[in-house]
Amino acid sequence: MNYFPDEVIEHIFEYVGSHRDRNALSLVCRSWYRIERCTREKVFIGNCYSITPERLIQRFPSLKSLTLKGKPHFADFSLVPHGWGGFVYPWIEALAKGKVGLEELRLKRMVVSDESLELLSRAFPNFKSLVLVSCEEFTTDGLAAIAANCKWLRELDLQENEVDDHKGQWLSCFPDSCTSLVSLNFACLKGEINTGVLERLVARSPNLKSLRLNRSVPLDALQRILARAPQLVDLGVGSLVHDPAMETFAKLMTTMNKCKSITSLSGFLEVTPRCLTAMYPILPKLTSLNLSYAAGIPGSDLIKLIRHCKKLQRLWIMDSIGDKGLGVVANTCKELQELRVFPSDNIGQHAAVTEKGLVAISMGCPKLHSLLYFCHQMTNAALITVAKNCPNFIRFRLAILDATKPDPDTNQPLDEGFGAIVQSCRRLRRLSLSGQLTDKVFLYIGMYAEQLEMLSIAFAGESDKGMLYVLNGCKKLRKLEIRDCPFGNTALLTDVGKYETMRSLWMSSCEVTVGACKVLAMKMPRLNVEIFNENEPADCEPDDVQKVEKMYLYRTLAGKRKDAPEYVWTL
Amino acid sequence: MENCSYEKVGLNLEATELRLGLPGSADEHDEKLSSCSYSSSSSSSVVIRSKKRSSPEESIDDEEELKSNKRTMISHHNDDQDKNVPPSKAQVVVGWPPIRSYRKNNGVQQQQQEQKKKGEEVYVKVSMAGAPYLRKIDLNFYNTYQQLLLALENMFNCTFGEYSEREGYNGSEFAPTYEDKDGDWMLVGDVPWNMFISSCKRLRIVKGSEAKGLGCL
Repeated sequence: MNYFPDEVIEHIFEYVGSHRDRNALSLVCRSWYRIERCTREKVFIGNCYSITPERLIQRFPSLKSLTLKGKPHFADFSLVPHGWGGFVYPWIEALAKGKVGLEELRLKRMVVSDESLELLSRAFPNFKSLVLVSCEEFTTDGLAAIAANCKWLRELDLQENEVDDHKGQWLSCFPDSCTSLVSLNFACLKGEINTGVLERLVARSPNLKSLRLNRSVPLDALQRILARAPQLVDLGVGSLVHDPAMETFAKLMTTMNKCKSITSLSGFLEVTPRCLTAMYPILPKLTSLNLSYAAGIPGSDLIKLIRHCKKLQRLWIMDSIGDKGLGVVANTCKELQELRVFPSDNIGQHAAVTEKGLVAISMGCPKLHSLLYFCHQMTNAALITVAKNCPNFIRFRLAILDATKPDPDTNQPLDEGFGAIVQSCRRLRRLSLSGQLTDKVFLYIGMYAEQLEMLSIAFAGESDKGMLYVLNGCKKLRKLEIRDCPFGNTALLTDVGKYETMRSLWMSSCEVTVGACKVLAMKMPRLNVEIFNENEPADCEPDDVQKVEKMYLYRTLAGKRKDAPEYVWTL
Repeated sequence: MENCSYEKVGLNLEATELRLGLPGSADEHDEKLSSCSYSSSSSSSVVIRSKKRSSPEESIDDEEELKSNKRTMISHHNDDQDKNVPPSKAQVVVGWPPIRSYRKNNGVQQQQQEQKKKGEEVYVKVSMAGAPYLRKIDLNFYNTYQQLLLALENMFNCTFGEYSEREGYNGSEFAPTYEDKDGDWMLVGDVPWNMFISSCKRLRIVKGSEAKGLGCL
């Protein structure tokens, strides 16, 4: 390879897409590092505080697409107080100053102000794609700026963001000349939108493949929109509430029949179960179905629906489908790869899911590799069976609603069950535990989970040994998040070098003290060790022996951050 | 008559409270876990056995309240003081079950609440054998059976035990029943919550022995 001219190597590198592979390329030799960095267009930064934007821009002059993640994962569950950080503005500002030809920005768990959206919309003439997941602090005013100023906008994808709706007709800000939209997802917006404006926008977007509506779009508007976009591949229904006897409903069914390309269906933010029959024409082709936001659909209707979805690969559903319903899924959806079952609030236990549903799925769906399962109980026997039936798990996340519940049949902890999972699923990359668990499960994880990259632990373990098994054993561990476990200073400090091989560590309500965190921070200057000091006044220095309520540490080349709020102490 | 103050974070029963002592020991009641907030985003039951923590911890589901509220520990209280509360008592803990806050605030449960939150207050009478007077509660104030039952347990100083489809409220002294639109006395918990709310005319807390009869139907 040394005798190939640069252009040839560049050309070869074009075929190397994944971030990991490109990172590997850059480590081979100096000239490959140089060629790689000059040709790299997409960069993924898993922790926005691990590096400065200036350094990023310096290394990758051809940057076109940037993915940034901000807050720690447990922020999703209200464990990170308001104002912690993750502001995108400094990044956009730096990218603008550096005259980067930014075309795509994907953000997760970041604070996005309207000002940053405004700046984004004006500073990058080729900007094409904005994806915001679990972000906050922007309003429809910011969206209006994006709509108005991004001439070549292809994708505006808003997933599960808390957006303030200023009723400012942001949709109308798309100029008539905007015909480039491929993907538009505004399902998380709470306010009304002008359906006439939306219809006209859809009508002039011949490349539109993905459209996810919010709750304010009623059935008749849906019908008119679909009539103009029969080429849609991905549809998110807003509101499907109508008396099925009326003419509009019949019209919708006819229109659905013409939508031959829809393979992904979601939404139903408001739905009358009877109206689901309108969807039946497209069910047989569906590969992805998300009914996890559809309230009030009885399990029996869900089951009727599922029977038509023989090609399903991804299913997100409420636990009102019940174990029996999961049995139907197992019999029908032989191609199933990803399943998420979310909890509904129902004391009528007959509708909930237990280990039986999961076992049925494992028997019927051998291709299953990703699971998020909220259930009322789990047994070791079930987990062992699941492990045997589905050795291909990449993501296995189990959330028993009663966080420390043992196996109800044997009253034993679930160590053996999870042990079977990690032993059987050699490709497991992500694992979330729950139920009653001793140190033993961590011994198994350390021993067998060789590919494990992310581990979430809550209310588990008995001693520091548990955490040490994991830190010693899981060589590929990148993210470890722990809450309410009896792991303390010994576990934290035994192998401090390990944390530089990881992206981050979260520990809350454990046995770690301030003093130990200080020691760690001192030994490892390239880690930011943050402790959250919520209850005491900001200037009150906590005692070394005091237990730390929340600690978040991450490796970084950017040093101590300057935007931390008062309650965050970087040691 | 004694003056009892009930620490009810978020339940706000002051509208109906007479501030008089109810039958039963007031001390026992105070020691009971009275500090659970049932914000609209609360989800299904969780048992917390964090035996490791020595400091009391209160479970709350609201980010803002985190800063200002004290924490009372759950299992500690269960073990030491209140033997009426079985160890598997459902409580709410911050961040468990691990559902994204967006989903909690905008998902299925929130929708179900919003659907009925059209300004209605549904006050029903609650009676208990042996109590000198009846109480009234607003059914619409609660979003789940758990919340309602806990409120009733607090109000009448009784326990219901665990609900199961087969045996009703097994292993407890009392059971909650209600009179439905047809005038029949039904066991609380069998039908979906929304159906219950719309058909419940009044509540009655019966002694376990009476309830067994109902449960065995």
